[in-house]
Amino acid sequence: MDALKNSYLDSLLYGQKQIPASPLSWLNELRAEALERANALAVPTTRDEDWRFTDLSPLYRTALRPSARAADIAASTIDPWLIPEAGSRLVFVDGVFAPGLSVLEPEDGVLVLPLASALTRHGERVQAQLGKVVPCGADPFCAVNTAWLRDGAAVLIDGNRDVARPIHLLFVSASPGAAVYPRALVVAAPGSRSTLVEDFISSHQDAGFTNGVMEVSVGENASVRHVRLQRESVNAFHIATCGVRVARNGRYSSVSISLGARISRYSLNVTQVADGTNFEIDGLALIAGRQLADTHTFLDHAHPQGRSRQLHKCIAGGAAHAVFNGKILVRPGAQRTDSAQQSRNLLLSERAHVDTKPQLEIFADDVKCAHGATVGQLDAEQVFYLRSRGLGESGARDLLTFAFAAEIVKRIALPSVVRQLEDHLVRRAQN
Amino acid sequence: MPRKTLLEARGLTARVAGVEILKGIDLSVLAGEVHAIMGPNGSGKSTFAKVLAGHPAYEVTGGDVLFEGNSLFDMTPEERARAGLFLGFQYPVEIPGVTNSSFLRLAYNTVQGARGKDELDPLEFDDYLQDKLKLLDIDPTFLDRSVNEGFSGGEKKRNEILQMAILEPTLAILDETDSGLDIDALRIVANGVSRLRSPDNALILITHYQRLLNYITPEFVHVMDQGRIIKTGSRDLALELESRGYDWVTAEYRALRAA
Repeated sequence: MDALKNSYLDSLLYGQKQIPASPLSWLNELRAEALERANALAVPTTRDEDWRFTDLSPLYRTALRPSARAADIAASTIDPWLIPEAGSRLVFVDGVFAPGLSVLEPEDGVLVLPLASALTRHGERVQAQLGKVVPCGADPFCAVNTAWLRDGAAVLIDGNRDVARPIHLLFVSASPGAAVYPRALVVAAPGSRSTLVEDFISSHQDAGFTNGVMEVSVGENASVRHVRLQRESVNAFHIATCGVRVARNGRYSSVSISLGARISRYSLNVTQVADGTNFEIDGLALIAGRQLADTHTFLDHAHPQGRSRQLHKCIAGGAAHAVFNGKILVRPGAQRTDSAQQSRNLLLSERAHVDTKPQLEIFADDVKCAHGATVGQLDAEQVFYLRSRGLGESGARDLLTFAFAAEIVKRIALPSVVRQLEDHLVRRAQN
Repeated sequence: MPRKTLLEARGLTARVAGVEILKGIDLSVLAGEVHAIMGPNGSGKSTFAKVLAGHPAYEVTGGDVLFEGNSLFDMTPEERARAGLFLGFQYPVEIPGVTNSSFLRLAYNTVQGARGKDELDPLEFDDYLQDKLKLLDIDPTFLDRSVNEGFSGGEKKRNEILQMAILEPTLAILDETDSGLDIDALRIVANGVSRLRSPDNALILITHYQRLLNYITPEFVHVMDQGRIIKTGSRDLALELESRGYDWVTAEYRALRAA
C-alpha cells in the first residue's frame, strides 16, 4: 500500500513537465516548498482519523494524466450552467483560463481576473495572501495543488465596494482522465460586500480528478457570500479545500452543494482573526448510486464574540455514503462565542449510509454552543398523507425529499441557481 | 330511481400491530346520505377510517369493502383518492418545506388528471382557490406557509376541509374534524362541509360530540364499540347519547347477544 501511495503522489507530481519558473521569486519559493512538502507526505488512507470514512483507493487506482492545455469546448457546453444574475464570469477549462468563455465586466475598485494576470499586474497584493490564507500543512492534495500552481481565479475587491452582481467562477472538467488543479484567491477589503459562485462542472461523464484550493480573506466589516456548487460527473473524483480568514466584524456565509463525483471531499476551514465575526455555514450533499460525499468543516472561534450558525444536510439514496465532520473550536479567551450546529440526514434506501460527527471543543467558559445530529428516513405518515391526496408513492417520496433539500437550496439568494438546483432535484427524484 | 350505493362494507375485520381492532363492520352508504359514527375512545372509529383510506399500518384480515362497486382493497391509497374517496385526518400531518399552495395544486392536478379532466396552471389554480378560501373563511397568506406547519388546531382542520373542497370527493370520511375547534371555527368548518354536499356525494362523520350534528344533520347515527357497530339509529340517537352516555347501548347490545 505504501508503494502505491507514493507512486500515486509521484505520478501527480512528476507526470507532467516542470512548469517554467516565474519571474516572481516568492512564487517559485511557494511552489518549491509545496513540492518538497508533497514529496514528504503520504496520501491519506482510512487509517488516518481524518479520512476514516472516506476510502480513496478507487482514486489511487485510477490512471490520471495532467492536463497540459485546455480542451476546446463549444460555448454552448456551458450554457446550462450560466447564471444570468452574475456580472463577471471567469471560466477555466481543465484548470486553464478560457478567455473566450469568460466575461470580464469592468467595475471600479473590483478586479476579477485570471491569477496569472493578477500576479503580473498586482503581484504584491497577491503575494500578501496567496498560500497564506490556507497554509497546506499536512494536506498532500493542497500541497500538490500549490506545487502546480500556474493559474486560477483572482478576485480583489477594494474597501467599501458593494459589488452589485455575483461573480461566477466556473471550473469545467473537459478531458476524461485528466487531473486538474483549480485555484482561487478572494481578497475582500474592509467594508466591501460581494457574492461569489464557485462552480464545478464536467462536460463528460467519465472519471477525472479535480484537486482544488480556494482562499478567502474577509476584511473588517466586510461581507462575503460564497455559493459553492459541485456538480461534476458522477464518475469524477473531487477533493478541495477552502480556507477563510475573517477580520473584525466580518461576515462570511457559505452554501455548499455537492451533487456530483464518485468520491468527493470538501474541507472548509473558517478562522476568526478578530472579534465579532459572523459565520453562516450551510451545506447539502445529495447523492445516490455508489457516490461518496464527504464534507469536513472546521470553524475556529479564536477571538471573542464570534457567532456561527451551521446547518448541514445529507440525502443519500442507492448505496451512497455521506460523511459529515463538523468541528467547532472555541479557543481560550474566545468569550461570548455563540455557535449552533445542526447535522440533518435523510437515508432514502436501506443500503445508503451516513457517518456524521459533530465535534465541539470548548476552552472558554462564557459561551453559548449547541449542536445536534439526526439521521432518519422519510416519514411514513407524511408519505401516507400525500398519497391519501392522490399523489403516487414515488411522487410523494420525491416531494418530501425535495422539501428536505429545499431548506438549504433556498438559502442561495440567486433565483436562477435555485431554479437550476430544483430542476436537478426533480429530475433526480424522477429517475 | 334508486340512489347509488357508494360504500358497502361487509364483515370487515382488521388489525394493527398484530391486535385485532375491527371485528366485523357492516355498513352501506348511499349517495346523498350523511352517516355519523360515534362511540367511546378506542372503539375502532379511527381505525375504520384509516382502513378505508388504505393506511399501510392497518392490515385487513377479513371481509370486503366495495367503493362504487369496486373492491377498495385492490386499490392503493392514491387510487382510492383519485376514485373519489377522501379522509379528513384527525391529526393532519405537517410537511415542512412544501408550501400549502403547491401541495394543493399538485393534489388537485394529480386527481384531475386521473379523472381525465384538465389540469390548471398556477395562475388558473389561484383563481379556482379564491372561492374555496372564501367558503372556509381562510386567509390567503395561509397558502404561502408550509403544509400544516405551525398551524393551530383549527387551521389544520380548515385546511383538511379546503382539500376536500378542492378534490370534490364522492365519499368524504371526516375523522373528528370537530375536535379542537372553538365554536366559531366549528360553525365555519361545518357550514363549509354542508355547502359541499350534493345528491351525488356522501359523508361519514366520525365524532365524539353531537354538536357538529347541529350543523350537518345525519340520516343515520351508528354507535361503535369494540370494533363493531352495535346500534344504528336516527339523528335523535346522538342527542340521547349526549345525555345518557354509551353504557346503556353497550348493555343493550350485550343483552341482545346473550338472548
